[in-house]
Amino acid sequence: MTEDLNQMRDHMLTAIAAASGLDALDACRVEALGKQGTITLLLKTLGKMTPEERLVQGPQIQGLREAVANGIAERKATLERAALDARLASETLDMTLPADATPAGTIHPVSQVMDELAEIFADLGFAVATGPEIETDWHNFTALNIPETHPARAMHDTFYLQQGIDAKAAGTADEKTTFSLLRTHTSPVQIRTMLSQKPPIRIIAPGRTYRSDSDATHTPMFHQVEGLVIDKGITLGHLKWTLETFVKAFFERDDIVLRLRPSYFPFTEPSVEIDVGYTLVKGKRVVGGAEPDGWLEILGSGMVHRKVIEACGLDPDEWQGFAFGCGIDRLAMLKYGMDDLRPFFDGDIRWLKHYGFSSLDVPTLSGGVGA
Amino acid sequence: MKFTLSWLKQHLETTATLDQIVEALTRIGLEVEGVENPGEKLAAFKIAKVLSAERHPQADKLQILSVDAGNGPLQVVCGAPNARAGLVGVFGAPGAYVPGLDVTLKLASIRGVESNGMMCSTRELELGEDHDGIIELPEDAPIGTAYPDYAGLTDPVIDVAITPNRQDCMGVRGIARDLAAAGLGTFTPLVIPTSATPSVIPADAGTQGAAGADGERDPRRRGNDGATAGSGPDIATLDPEGCPAFYAQTVTGVTNGESPEWMRRSLIAIGQKPISALVDITNYLMIDLGRPLHVYDRAKLSGGLVARKAKPGEQVVALNGKTYTLDDTMTVIADDTAVHDIGGIMGGEHSGVSADTTDVLIECAYFDPDHIARTGQKLTLTSDARSRFERGVDPAFLDDGLAIATALVLHICGGSASEVTRSGEPPLEPRVIDYDPRLSADLGGLHVAPERQARTLLSLGFTIGAIKSADAFSDALFSTIEGKWPVTIPTWRRDVDGPADLVEEVVRIEGIDSIPSTPLPRMPGVAKPTATPEQKLERRARRAAAARGLDEAITWSFLSDAEAAPFGGGAWTLANPISEDLKVMRPSLLPGLLAATGRNIKRGAQSVRLFEIGRRYLAEAERATLGVVLAGDRRPRGWRDGKAASFDAYDAKAEALALLAASGAPVDNLQVMGEAGDAWHPGQSGTLRLGPKTVLASFGMLHPSVLKAFDLDGAVAAVEVYLDAIPPKRATGFARPAYTPPALQAVRRDFAFLVPTALATDTLVRAVKVADKVAIVSARVFDVFTGAGVEDGHKSVAVEIVLQPTAKSFTDEEIKAIADKVVATAAKQGASLRV
Repeated sequence: MTEDLNQMRDHMLTAIAAASGLDALDACRVEALGKQGTITLLLKTLGKMTPEERLVQGPQIQGLREAVANGIAERKATLERAALDARLASETLDMTLPADATPAGTIHPVSQVMDELAEIFADLGFAVATGPEIETDWHNFTALNIPETHPARAMHDTFYLQQGIDAKAAGTADEKTTFSLLRTHTSPVQIRTMLSQKPPIRIIAPGRTYRSDSDATHTPMFHQVEGLVIDKGITLGHLKWTLETFVKAFFERDDIVLRLRPSYFPFTEPSVEIDVGYTLVKGKRVVGGAEPDGWLEILGSGMVHRKVIEACGLDPDEWQGFAFGCGIDRLAMLKYGMDDLRPFFDGDIRWLKHYGFSSLDVPTLSGGVGA
Repeated sequence: MKFTLSWLKQHLETTATLDQIVEALTRIGLEVEGVENPGEKLAAFKIAKVLSAERHPQADKLQILSVDAGNGPLQVVCGAPNARAGLVGVFGAPGAYVPGLDVTLKLASIRGVESNGMMCSTRELELGEDHDGIIELPEDAPIGTAYPDYAGLTDPVIDVAITPNRQDCMGVRGIARDLAAAGLGTFTPLVIPTSATPSVIPADAGTQGAAGADGERDPRRRGNDGATAGSGPDIATLDPEGCPAFYAQTVTGVTNGESPEWMRRSLIAIGQKPISALVDITNYLMIDLGRPLHVYDRAKLSGGLVARKAKPGEQVVALNGKTYTLDDTMTVIADDTAVHDIGGIMGGEHSGVSADTTDVLIECAYFDPDHIARTGQKLTLTSDARSRFERGVDPAFLDDGLAIATALVLHICGGSASEVTRSGEPPLEPRVIDYDPRLSADLGGLHVAPERQARTLLSLGFTIGAIKSADAFSDALFSTIEGKWPVTIPTWRRDVDGPADLVEEVVRIEGIDSIPSTPLPRMPGVAKPTATPEQKLERRARRAAAARGLDEAITWSFLSDAEAAPFGGGAWTLANPISEDLKVMRPSLLPGLLAATGRNIKRGAQSVRLFEIGRRYLAEAERATLGVVLAGDRRPRGWRDGKAASFDAYDAKAEALALLAASGAPVDNLQVMGEAGDAWHPGQSGTLRLGPKTVLASFGMLHPSVLKAFDLDGAVAAVEVYLDAIPPKRATGFARPAYTPPALQAVRRDFAFLVPTALATDTLVRAVKVADKVAIVSARVFDVFTGAGVEDGHKSVAVEIVLQPTAKSFTDEEIKAIADKVVATAAKQGASLRV
């Protein structure tokens, strides 16, 4: 009897292993374990046996059933895996085909640099201030100690507005309220800030400025940033430290040398022009280097003139401070290597994609303000 | 302002090198813009003697010269009529660059005769205009010597940018004073001629180069001898405001030929053209001493000269040949019949001196700076005289200036001088500043010992109490000054009017670069955000736009009238635009972006997505705005989707909503309305509004006629977001309202409605969303269909509604009740449930 069962098991397992598909395997199952299956029938014989016989036969028949059932399950898993592999193989795609491109946008270098400036100066406690671009004579000139007959007015190449000229002709012009020109610098924001805020004041004011000038290095519209500190006991030494700190942070170099030169602006006294040292790297001027090869003019600055502080209704014996102004477009060019100013305002998407910044390049102090 | 090194040394006794001088100039605020050595480019030219001259066999006008430039005879072909044996001139060998011709000489064959170089004219060497013949030098000029060395052309020319406050440095003498104060040498005293010698002639003028042979140039040979030939000219100032002082002197019997070589050379070196002796003298003194003068041909004047206000409409032809129409705010110098000078700005053509002039009237006046500035601005006339008078010339230098000028005229042109007539008085009230020397540290940030400060101020011409000059300084005298110093401002320093100016004087001479850096103290308290809410909003909008694939452009704030017109026209017009294209301030950001789009498409761009954040300039305010233009392909043709897709109005709407959301606008509460404006496609555009009046954005397709004006083909989508209309978020602290996600799952139900085509879908959706305000959390269109099975004039709109149970799940009855409410509400909008 044991012989027979062993033979039967071998026979059945061979058939299972040979089953080529799930249908054939199921046929094996029915033949062995179905209602009339060989093993099912064998199990039924157990009931007619004597207890002694059953004690011997029972485990043997059960063992056969188990072996065959396991064989079927294993074979089934193998066949299913093969079928899945075959289906997946049939679904093969050319993964070298291009995926849909998501258009990548860009931030203009001027905006990027403005954000960098805001970040650097925020660390020094400077808030960002703004003012109108269409300005009055008083805010743009007079309050800044540039009276009508001052030669500096002529040097400003001012764009005047017809509305201001008409108001003058009609006798309705008021120097303080008639908007008559496009601001020639961001300095009127100094005035507006001092008029609207109580000292101590620390602000920067980036924005568009305008002068009637157009050549390879000048555009009629450009960007400036103004800085203003009004407090007690502020000196040129603070100005120097602030600008050194700013320029070093902006260019992310410690080996930057500034040169201060006496200069003249009607709204500061003393006035200081700031040059930054550059070194020549492969024939290109690169800002920085402990031993400069030359100097680039980057900033005008000075101690705010008493008359300006007075014009804003503050007591110049109590409050003093410094101001500075700097071309943002030029800062961008020096840092990011553009040679020509004119494409800044053309909107050429090739230029924007080349010189622009990712939306994720948000300047932070922790990540470095440059990108 | 240009001057030569030797000119500077007329006023500054110094052993400093050129480099030291240049460095010091920039350091003390007289920024050197360039240093040029005119001799450098002529170094290859040598003094040569013509040994023989013979006719060229093939050409009548040419000669064949044998020239010795120090190395034996060379054959040179020459066309100059004055070329002859024995002449000593200037020779350039092959390889020499001739600046006036812009050629480099080569060994040449001229009409079959070899020529080994060239004998040069002054024009060829850019030393003058003369081209009638080659340069003739004195016979004893050293053959073989480099010509620039011989001719004194090795004198470096220094170009300095003078800031508008420093009128005193618009003369070489003022620059010398500053350098002396900075320790670069000794300031040479100015000798004022009385009846002796004119002092301004360079001491070595008689020995310089080619001029050496001419004894006429020895300044010591002639003086103001025979000084007064009669009483002074008949002049007067009738306009004490515009011309407070008018001094003049006549010199009769002059010969107005060429000015002497030393003077011509000095003027040429700094780029001034020599004209005639009398004119050159005035130009020379203006550069030398910063003192503008004017000379009149006495014979062309009728009667006396007066300084008076111009009559309205009065005209004068100025020395530049242009006619100027004057008004009664302008000061002129006129005789009985005509205006001869726009006072302090430019002389008149009629009475200018010429070669025939025998009697000259020299004017030395003080014009009021403000008057000059206004007149100059009105006439848009600039001149060297104006730039000096409007900055304020030294009012104490009228007599001396006139004396020096007259002495020079007598010396160079001969004649005899009249007495001086003086009318009016220059403003000479002494100006005193109380100066606290601690201010150099308290304002300038630089500690400078008081004594050192005093010496600096004195050397610049300031006086301190009883100490009237640097030479007069003594410790004893200095110790008498206590407290604030009474500092008197020199008459030539109109720019100085307060203690801060004195700090600047001290600090700039001390070296502004040596100020120590002083850290700005940290502001007390917690670091606060330094950007305003508006700025943060702009930043978010900008970064969001770039993240959505848009490229940020910056376009001009000004446009042409035509570009502005479809967008409402410009409220502000420039009176002096650079061009008609940049004339009115933009009423919208779209025209600038459209122009940029056009340029990109012309360059071959397939897809343009541009945005800009900037201001619109409206009559009442400047408004922060974000503009977007989408043109070309939204999606390029591709292997997955086939043909390219272009942008449509819904792309614009998507951008508008996304950018508004990024800017913090309550997008769920916005309503889509019409009336985007004339620039837009009337059927494919809209506005997004918060309430009926507050327009937050316009979006859609632009009107074809606008696109045509910008030369754009195809459809263009656009958005304008009015950033300043977005209501600021209320500050509610950092904590958010409490929130627990619903425990029960939401239920979705779909409804298909049949509605009239004209019904705005949004109206239907908004209506059904509020059919049950508690249960319905969202309603969304997922299909719109017209065609088979939908009756004409209608469309089928399928809406998905989400119901959110709260305490317990909805029963079937509850869901049915809500669905009935939805259908009933929709019916009020003319919708019927499609079955």
